[in-house]
Amino acid sequence: MANLRDIRRRIKSVKSTSQITKAMQLVAAAKMKKAQDQALAGREYADELNKVLINLEASVGDETHPLLEEREGGKTLMLVISTDKGLCGGLNTNLLKKVREESDENTHFVTVGRKLRTSLAKTKETLVADFEVSDPLPFSEARPIAKFLTDKFLSGDYNRIQVAFTKFVTTLRQDPWVSQLLTIEADTLAEKRSYETYGEETDKEAALAHDYIFEPSPEAVFDKLLPLYINFQVYQMLVEALASEHSSRMVAMKSATDNAEQMVKDLTLEYNKARQAAITSELLEITTAQKAME
Amino acid sequence: MLHLEIVTPEKKIFSDTVEDVYLPGEEGELGILELHAALVSSLKAGELRYLKDGTVNELAIGNGFAEVTQKKVTVLTDMAVGEEEIDEASAEEAMKRAEKALAGLPVGHDPDVVARLEVALKQSIAQLNLKRKKQM
Repeated sequence: MANLRDIRRRIKSVKSTSQITKAMQLVAAAKMKKAQDQALAGREYADELNKVLINLEASVGDETHPLLEEREGGKTLMLVISTDKGLCGGLNTNLLKKVREESDENTHFVTVGRKLRTSLAKTKETLVADFEVSDPLPFSEARPIAKFLTDKFLSGDYNRIQVAFTKFVTTLRQDPWVSQLLTIEADTLAEKRSYETYGEETDKEAALAHDYIFEPSPEAVFDKLLPLYINFQVYQMLVEALASEHSSRMVAMKSATDNAEQMVKDLTLEYNKARQAAITSELLEITTAQKAME
Repeated sequence: MLHLEIVTPEKKIFSDTVEDVYLPGEEGELGILELHAALVSSLKAGELRYLKDGTVNELAIGNGFAEVTQKKVTVLTDMAVGEEEIDEASAEEAMKRAEKALAGLPVGHDPDVVARLEVALKQSIAQLNLKRKKQM
């Protein structure tokens, strides 16, 4: 039977830990609401942008814009969006697993977030650059990252740009996800769309898709739309990752708090048992001593 | 009836049926009625007007795109604010700030920075124009 004082000490330490996790849970819950709203609000815009781009690509046809150029082989640049802080469940571990599956020796990395930067650096992967973003994320912070990636693609150093991040599904579920940012391909657009759309889409609209008039001209619209599209994609992925981080942390901290409470209960029970045992043995001693005196 | 949707990266500003809508197109104002031919146009910062239940409503919008199908107009833009949301003083201040930053750029500046400042400037001007028009 453990010593009374030891048990008391453990109860105290578990209680103070649970205070910390409780506080983190509340902070994460508050941030989570904001981040989730931001991520969900952006999806509509992303969806509409995708739709315009799909139609545009279909209409412009053979006209190739440098950002639409498909190049075989070569190197891939992957933007990995992880978190700065830990204590958010298996979020970063799952993402790292996904990144390892999707990358090979020709993949170089750009990172956002300290956690996976350290993990990738440990395994001697080539890190080209790293960025830091604030939370909550303003749209303007996505721009330098998007520009960096676009420049790397246009200079021909890399033939593909991919982004690995954690997609926000619900508070209880976040999926690690790798998506291709450049080259922009019609199928990846369609795939993204089916993932992001939840509005109804009529066939009639699809049928009309190839008859758009472009003002001022398809090329001019393209030149403006593509950079915007890339900026926005990067922004959207960053806010999704943030929403996932806070959701995951909230859930992880909630279960930590629950576990701590359970532990305090168990320890208190054990403490009381030990106390009773001590009293019983003391009583025994007294009565035995009394009997001996008679 | 025509369905109008105005979406910015932060949120969906407007989604309802309207009778007509006027957009600040890159090459001049575009008036859209129901059954308009499918169209994609880039937009510049300016005023967007729509008619709903007999009253004309106006919004100051930023750069962006409009997608028009027969029954639906979707406007994608960086900014969309109604007259009552515009704070004249802060819009003016934002305009001055952008002007000053543009004037004070060093030699050999980054064209991206210039473009960004110009966008900010035009957005503030669009807000101010709308606000002042309403006051007259």
